[in-house]
Amino acid sequence: MGAKILMTGNEAASEGAIQAGCMAYYGYPITPQNEITAYMSLHMRERGRVFLQAESELAAVNMVLGTSAAGFRAMTSSSSPGISLKQEGISYLAALELPAVIINMQRGGPGLGNIAPAQSDYWQATRGGGHGDYRCIVLAPHTVSETFTTLMLAFDLADKYRMVVLVLGDGRLGQMMEPVELHNAAPAVKVDKPWALNGCKGRPSNKLHSLLLKEDDLEELNTRLQKNYKKVEANEVRFEEVDTEDAEVVMVAYGTCARLCKEVVRHARDEGIKAGLIRPITLWPFPAEPIRQAAARGAKFLFVEMSAGQMIEDVRLSLEGAAEVRFYGRTGGNVPRWDAILQKTREMMPYSPLRRT
Amino acid sequence: MPPASDTEILYAKPESLRRTRTHFCAGCGHGIVHRIICELIDEFGIREKTVCVAPVGCAVLAYNYFDFDTCEAPHGRTPAVATGIKRVLPEHFVFSYQGDGDLAAIGMGEIIHAANRGENICVFFVNNAVYGMTQGQMAPTSLVGQKTATSPKGRDPENEGYPIRVCELLATLQAPAYIERVAVSSPRNVRRAKKAIRKAFQTQLEGRGFSLIEILSPCPTYWRVDPVTAMKELEARMPPIFPLGVFRDGR
Ligand SMILES: Cc1ncc(C[n+]2csc(CCOP(=O)(O)OP(=O)(O)O)c2C)c(N)n1
Ligand code: SF4
Repeated sequence: MGAKILMTGNEAASEGAIQAGCMAYYGYPITPQNEITAYMSLHMRERGRVFLQAESELAAVNMVLGTSAAGFRAMTSSSSPGISLKQEGISYLAALELPAVIINMQRGGPGLGNIAPAQSDYWQATRGGGHGDYRCIVLAPHTVSETFTTLMLAFDLADKYRMVVLVLGDGRLGQMMEPVELHNAAPAVKVDKPWALNGCKGRPSNKLHSLLLKEDDLEELNTRLQKNYKKVEANEVRFEEVDTEDAEVVMVAYGTCARLCKEVVRHARDEGIKAGLIRPITLWPFPAEPIRQAAARGAKFLFVEMSAGQMIEDVRLSLEGAAEVRFYGRTGGNVPRWDAILQKTREMMPYSPLRRT
Repeated sequence: MPPASDTEILYAKPESLRRTRTHFCAGCGHGIVHRIICELIDEFGIREKTVCVAPVGCAVLAYNYFDFDTCEAPHGRTPAVATGIKRVLPEHFVFSYQGDGDLAAIGMGEIIHAANRGENICVFFVNNAVYGMTQGQMAPTSLVGQKTATSPKGRDPENEGYPIRVCELLATLQAPAYIERVAVSSPRNVRRAKKAIRKAFQTQLEGRGFSLIEILSPCPTYWRVDPVTAMKELEARMPPIFPLGVFRDGR
């Protein structure tokens, strides 16, 4: 067990990547994730690892592609506009079945937007984002110390499934400070990479390519990818539940909004409202099962997001009208206020004296 | 057939080149460049420590010909992928192979910055003044007046500017170690091209940094001439705009 130190989410993410054995980091400046680039520039080279400030996000993600193709753990990070630029590379990484970790500390959009926190890249993250039928594993930590451990998990999952793992945070999570326990991680999962391009000594030469001109060959790749995604859906769903057993209103929120909702659950319970929270940790694969179970118990749902309502669509799909589902969100980089969420919760409870609808 | 002891092999398939059917058109320059690279890989004995990054363009299928580790890159990002490989495998021989659309249009950002960082890689840049793979559109290196699928009346500088001289552009940077322009237009020029490419190999193997060899090369199919005429046109029309020679030698 290591010492507890005060650090930002961005720094915790960086340190998590370093502890996970990330051998190369490629970045490009964009707020609110600049602390990652700065931290990595300070700590990677002193460990004999690679840090490079790329000329663009396009270049950065393709440097990750090269390093991963050579068989090494690699990462890049950015915020929303930069993540849009990385989508081409992410699609290629998915097609080449290359592991990679990419952090998105989301900010307000669309367009240049602003540098305030947001959660409006959920669709882009969970639907693939670039061209073609592919998925990324999407992890959403909600505290600084969870951000640290999430990065270690991200590298292991990336190697295990040969997939891109996106860590989806936001500007607030990236920039706030909390104490973090930097336990020196056990050596991360070590996976053989017989496909790596590291010189064909003692083996036939390897080639990594996604150009498959014969329809059946490309279909075979797609079938293999989908089979792998099914395995991830079966084995890697992660979530946290707070007071859901008897909850009549279940909030569903991730990341920064989930922190707020934990508070709201407490306040609501003080008022006699049976509130609970389901916090997806993996946004893909999405934890539909705990939501279905809460619906079967008769719960209503309140979705809280810093977007116009993106994650809510995943639940609408899985519930198909089986429960009352409401949404509360803020956009433009605004963070919902806990008392506004509480008011929404009251409005869903006919017995609450404080409801005003 | 094994050679009899009193015969000497003067010309054979390099070990690094796979025995396979070519997809290149008759008279295409890519095949010549592929062969030169493979001959040199054999000559230096580095097949087992070589990693190639192939472009998006007519040379996209490089891995079908090269019998050493080869990676695909998104269109134009070839030098970024090569950077990512070389940075973690500094003792390996890493090269990117690119066409003029790949390198001088969509990938201009990546090539300039890889050159400017002095990445210890080689870039073999095949300039055929046209987009071959997508059926003959204008390239940044198309000559003024050149008729292409997207400049049907000939490249008009008023509308689309002038051909980009990549060697001259990169030679303004401080970091690159070796830059030369060659052509594969005649046996003599092919030998010169091989010499230049050998120098690029040496530059990387000695750890001296970035090298780029621009190879003027024919695309008979989209120049819409026969292979022999294409070679003649290459020799007559391209060097006046893209002068052959060394633009950087040593730092
Ligand atoms: C992002 C993207 N844009 C466009 C294309 C289509 N495309 C394929 S090859 C190519 C140009 C190839 O020309 P060049 O680099 O000159 O190589 P050549 O085929 O002449 O050898 C283009 C535009 C693509 N594959 N990807
Ligand atoms: S289109 Fe041109 S560049 Fe492409 S293979 Fe044919 S001749 Fe070569």
